[in-house]
Amino acid sequence: MASLITCPHCGTRPKEEFSIRGAAAPKRPAPAAKDEVWHRYVYVRDNPKGRVLEYWHHVAGCRRWLVVDRDNFTHEVFGVMDASDFERVRGVE
Amino acid sequence: MRYSALSILKQALSGNRLWQPAWREPQPKPHYDVIIVGGGGHGLSTAYYLAKEFGITNVAVIEKGYIGSGNVGRNTTIIRSNYLLEGNNPFYEFSLKLWEGLERDFNYNAMVSQRGIVNLFHSDGQRDDYARRGNGMRMHGVDAELLDREQVRKMMPYLNFDHARFPILGGLYQKRAGTVRHDAVAWGYARGADQRGVDIIQHCEVTGIRRENGLVVGVETTKGFIGCNKLALAAAGNTTTVGRMADLDLPIETHVLQAFVSEGLKPVIDHVITYGAGHFYISQSDKGGLVFGAEIDFYSSYAQRGNLQTVEHTMEEGVSLIPGLSRAKVLRSWGGVMDMSMDGSPIIDRTPVDNLYLNCGWCYGGFKATPASGFCFAHLIAKNETHHVSRFMRLDRFERGYMIDEAGKGPQPNLH
Repeated sequence: MASLITCPHCGTRPKEEFSIRGAAAPKRPAPAAKDEVWHRYVYVRDNPKGRVLEYWHHVAGCRRWLVVDRDNFTHEVFGVMDASDFERVRGVE
Repeated sequence: MRYSALSILKQALSGNRLWQPAWREPQPKPHYDVIIVGGGGHGLSTAYYLAKEFGITNVAVIEKGYIGSGNVGRNTTIIRSNYLLEGNNPFYEFSLKLWEGLERDFNYNAMVSQRGIVNLFHSDGQRDDYARRGNGMRMHGVDAELLDREQVRKMMPYLNFDHARFPILGGLYQKRAGTVRHDAVAWGYARGADQRGVDIIQHCEVTGIRRENGLVVGVETTKGFIGCNKLALAAAGNTTTVGRMADLDLPIETHVLQAFVSEGLKPVIDHVITYGAGHFYISQSDKGGLVFGAEIDFYSSYAQRGNLQTVEHTMEEGVSLIPGLSRAKVLRSWGGVMDMSMDGSPIIDRTPVDNLYLNCGWCYGGFKATPASGFCFAHLIAKNETHHVSRFMRLDRFERGYMIDEAGKGPQPNLH
């Protein structure tokens, strides 16, 4: 894993400042969505080998939730964005 | 060749020139009754029990690297059955019983050493929790003892009993737990399976699963197409990659776990120890190296290497528990990719594809399960019905709400 993460608010920081929540790709369904849809959101993971989106929390910095776009085999980081921006962009799709 | 004292003597007298390879290196046949994807501990033990217990010998184990190159050669070699839940305990106890008879069973020295495990506790609440687990074990007929501080001190005087933040108050002791020479497990199962006719095909990567009319008919590999009646997946950290070839949706996320070994030391740690205030665990190999590890690296990873942050954290935990550890040098460290499931427990089950079987979700506790996992998976493949000790390890348990969440962490794979 790359040892530096560029936080959109704090700049380039060591990865030790972050805690990792997990996959950001699953999109939270509407509260009344069917059980099957909720099951997929909570339990099923794409788990690709390669490029992934992950929620990282900058606990020792701005304390914002971020989405890190990175490769889970080569450990290259492609980009980091604030989780609220990520949701806004994703909502438009 | 059957290994025995006599065979060693014969070989010695003939200058050790007559030893044969322990298994063949066959080319794949066009068709098998069963193909197992993954030549790790679980895949090899599945093949062994299919042949030995269920009489199915027209079997191939397909491995993309060499056998023993994955997690069966990358773990910290601990065996135990100190689980609380109904879905876990009888399964792991079945596994421990198989370990106890394994070396005679497959005629191979796996150096099974029942040196006992002590799970240390550091607070009253944790003691109550461990007592509950011990009671749960005893109700399943499994040995468990609750040790107080002085009993632990007698066994392990080198621990940091008076730690300011995490003093050691006692431990949960399972005497029958221990360690096993992990490579020998892979080799013993491989040899036993091979002797019964199983083809172990190394350096052959599965690149596709061919289906016709909703059933698997074979696999595409780097050595060409190989047909089969039944296909069994035991691909650990690569489960999702292989499962996707058959459009399986899986509750699995792949993470890296590191392990470490120190330089060889004189005997100092006689047991397996786990640190209740961290995730640190340690034992000493027969060669003298201290073998230890702690948490996974928390980010999803398919790389068989870890991060320095976790290395540092592991060392800190170790030294906090055993101050003398600071004087030992670490010789090697390595990483393995784990199939972390969403409740921390494994899956041995059928899939939506009728003749496709799945064995995965071992998180970082798969080594101790190797014999039972293979036995139960072989039972499932051979009879098309679940073995009773693995009956809770269903793929659809998440949908039905029957999680086996031993640690109570919820659906977050990096916390299990």
